[in-house]
Amino acid sequence: MNLLEVRDLSIHFGTRQVVNKASFSLAAGEKLALVGESGSGKTVTAMSCLRLLESARLEGSIQFEGREVLNMQARELQQVRGGEIAVIFQEPMTALNPVLTIGRQIIETLQLHKGLNARDARSAAIAALERVGISEAARRIDSYPHQLSGGQRQRAMIAMALACEPKLLIADEPTTALDVTIRHQILDLLDELRVERGLAVLMITHDLNLVRRFADKVAVMEHGILVEQGPAAALMADPQHPYTQKLVQSRPARDVAEAARGTLLSAEGICVDYPVPIPGIRGWLRKGSFRAVAPASFQLSPGETLGVIGESGSGKTSLALALLNLIPATGTMRLGRDSWTDRKKEQSLRQRLQVVFQDPLSSLSPRLTIEQIVGEGLEIHFPKLTAAERRNRIVAALQDVSLQEAGRVEPLLARYPHEFSGGQRQRIAIARALILRPQVLVLDEPTSALDVTIQQQVLKLLADLQRRYRLAYILVTHDIDVIRAMAHTVMVMKDSQVIESGPLNEILTAPRSAYTRTLISSTAPA
Amino acid sequence: MTETRKATSQNPTRRAWQRFRANRVGYWSLVLFSLLFALSLAAEVLSNDKPLLVRYAGQWYFPIVQNLPETTFGGDFDSDTDYHDPFIRAQFEKAGNFAIFPLNPYHHRSINYFANSPSPAAPDSDNLLGTDDRGRDMIARLLYGFRLSVCFALLVCGLTTLMGLCYGAIQGFFAGWTDITMERGAEIWGAMPTLYMLIIFSALFSPSFWLLVLLIAAFGWLGIAAYVRAEFLRNRTLDYVRAARALGQSKRKIIFRHILPNSLTPVVTLLPFEMAGAIGALTSLDFLGLGMPPDTPGLGALLAQGKDNLDAWWISLSTIGVLVLTLLLLVLIGDALRDALDPRKVVEDAQ
Repeated sequence: MNLLEVRDLSIHFGTRQVVNKASFSLAAGEKLALVGESGSGKTVTAMSCLRLLESARLEGSIQFEGREVLNMQARELQQVRGGEIAVIFQEPMTALNPVLTIGRQIIETLQLHKGLNARDARSAAIAALERVGISEAARRIDSYPHQLSGGQRQRAMIAMALACEPKLLIADEPTTALDVTIRHQILDLLDELRVERGLAVLMITHDLNLVRRFADKVAVMEHGILVEQGPAAALMADPQHPYTQKLVQSRPARDVAEAARGTLLSAEGICVDYPVPIPGIRGWLRKGSFRAVAPASFQLSPGETLGVIGESGSGKTSLALALLNLIPATGTMRLGRDSWTDRKKEQSLRQRLQVVFQDPLSSLSPRLTIEQIVGEGLEIHFPKLTAAERRNRIVAALQDVSLQEAGRVEPLLARYPHEFSGGQRQRIAIARALILRPQVLVLDEPTSALDVTIQQQVLKLLADLQRRYRLAYILVTHDIDVIRAMAHTVMVMKDSQVIESGPLNEILTAPRSAYTRTLISSTAPA
Repeated sequence: MTETRKATSQNPTRRAWQRFRANRVGYWSLVLFSLLFALSLAAEVLSNDKPLLVRYAGQWYFPIVQNLPETTFGGDFDSDTDYHDPFIRAQFEKAGNFAIFPLNPYHHRSINYFANSPSPAAPDSDNLLGTDDRGRDMIARLLYGFRLSVCFALLVCGLTTLMGLCYGAIQGFFAGWTDITMERGAEIWGAMPTLYMLIIFSALFSPSFWLLVLLIAAFGWLGIAAYVRAEFLRNRTLDYVRAARALGQSKRKIIFRHILPNSLTPVVTLLPFEMAGAIGALTSLDFLGLGMPPDTPGLGALLAQGKDNLDAWWISLSTIGVLVLTLLLLVLIGDALRDALDPRKVVEDAQ
């Protein structure tokens, strides 16, 4: 008998149907990955197995060990939640209660579900923390979530979820918030626990590399419909449904022109320090400093893409903002002959050095129209343009990024950012930068907030624009696939230091540091 | 890509307004409140002791805009006409003469010297809500009192919002030492005992409407400044502000075009509640006798009269009724506004 049997599950929020007749099953010890882009209904489907969504209307049948979850009374449901089916969430910082120690939170579940007394629960909690690989568990049990690192927090979450020995673990993007190196450890841990206890895992993810590595079975969702499912290896090798094919092939393809020779931009000893408070009375008068970027130097030719890769907190975004003179930094950045130290050249540099940010929603002013947003740079740098000329340039810039409706750009000009999808918003952000005809474009994680299929389109657009305008890119990312597809030279950053840099091929084929090797091995080459 | 299919595009303000309209209670509260305020603005025409139009001895008069001595209508004195005088009334009754009085023929100042019962007079056909203890018509007092309260609240809100916006914006945008210094300043200012200050000031100066507006506003902007500061601090680090800085946009434009419009939500949400607070403050000061000069039609003064004349139930009851209605409408409007501008709903709406 299957552990979990979902049949014809439909989910409505109000009048909106978000999942339409999904059916899948999961046996003990099995690993099922539920794959789809954001908004495809994968999280909603998984959370329905515990009826965790209060405003959702569920139809169909969800059977757990032959019992119908949809008909359970509140009491029985509470026993199942946490006791037999446990959940771990994407962001452990928000899923853990920040004002309770992790020990308290684990002990609480143990007392609730197993009726242990305080002392037994505490030792069981320590054992659980030890099992998930937290060193010095007896001491760490009294830590608050913020005192742990991201990986430790996720381990603590897993310990909490598994403390009551559930039969099924629902993992909602369990490694998305983690860095690659830790990602593998967590997946290995989940796998060990599965073998050890016969735990079934329902993993929600959008990351196909993860699926290849981890899952036995895959179910693919698109717009609330489960379009295809089957054994992971077979499905990834030979996808049947067009959407699955699109997903599997969505790994960015490399299609970039060779860079020109010569130096366009040179950075010498760029160094960023942030002030941090010093504890105690000494901190009253002065501040300590945290070095976000240790002196970094590089050169960039016209048409070249410099890929800066690193995990969160490695200083790669600080480096990008320092180049743009948006945060205080030391060192010199020269574009041609000009640098930020010369105030007279500031506006000219602003025009030649532009930026595209990660989150396309927050990078567009919500109360301005597309015409105002894209045209803003023209107002500043080309104030003499007439209204008609300005409009023509705006239209041309939007055509450059292939943003149009029914073949025309004009109807879009009066719209507001919220009326566009994520990929379209990112195109608008690119148009805003491009309209000034910059020489260098800083791309700060330009695709990481987008779904894989959209990601591919945006990267292709960027490559096309580079070819057409001989643009030089400084591409900041955590995703080695994006580097593979776009970069000519690579800089690897870790803990504020540039640990390695060189041409792409050199880095890929002969990485010098262990860290770079982990990065590269995290995704199989295409 | 499906999102762009909408035929018309709307700016966020319009969408907020539509969400507000969808809230029936809030919307109709706003309609009713605006209607009442509009009516009260026309109080001189609706409730006045002078006739709107008089035909006397073949001549037309407009007493509502003219000062006419009694002699005009065959009286004995050169003083202004008292149109409630039975003699004058009798003159208008004569053939060929007539006078059109406003709906409620009393001004808030007019004392009916010719009333049939001692004041305070219970409701009767002359004074539908009775009179206060000096024989002035309650409806007139309440109508003018309502107008005064709402005008007061609007002025106070306008001033506090302006001050709070400027102060909070400077703090939030420049941050660092500017912020810390100004924050300490605001804290010191906020630590002043407002009520004592008001008592001292009303002892020093003769209390007047404008003095009260200034005093209440001077202590009322701190809350708004705190909200605006927080919004500015948050918005200045958002990517669209960074993008504008990367474009080389000037500080002034960044503040007024990018940050300010996106920082107004809490201010707008607070406005109705601020207004309710200002009306409450005016009423309580008036009640304590620290408010406006005795002649002004304040709701607080009426409450004090009600307290002094407990047997005249119509005074306190009608005043409390008006106050409750005003504050209730404002709170309902505020509630609907808060819902309409709720960031979570804004996001839902955008999807």
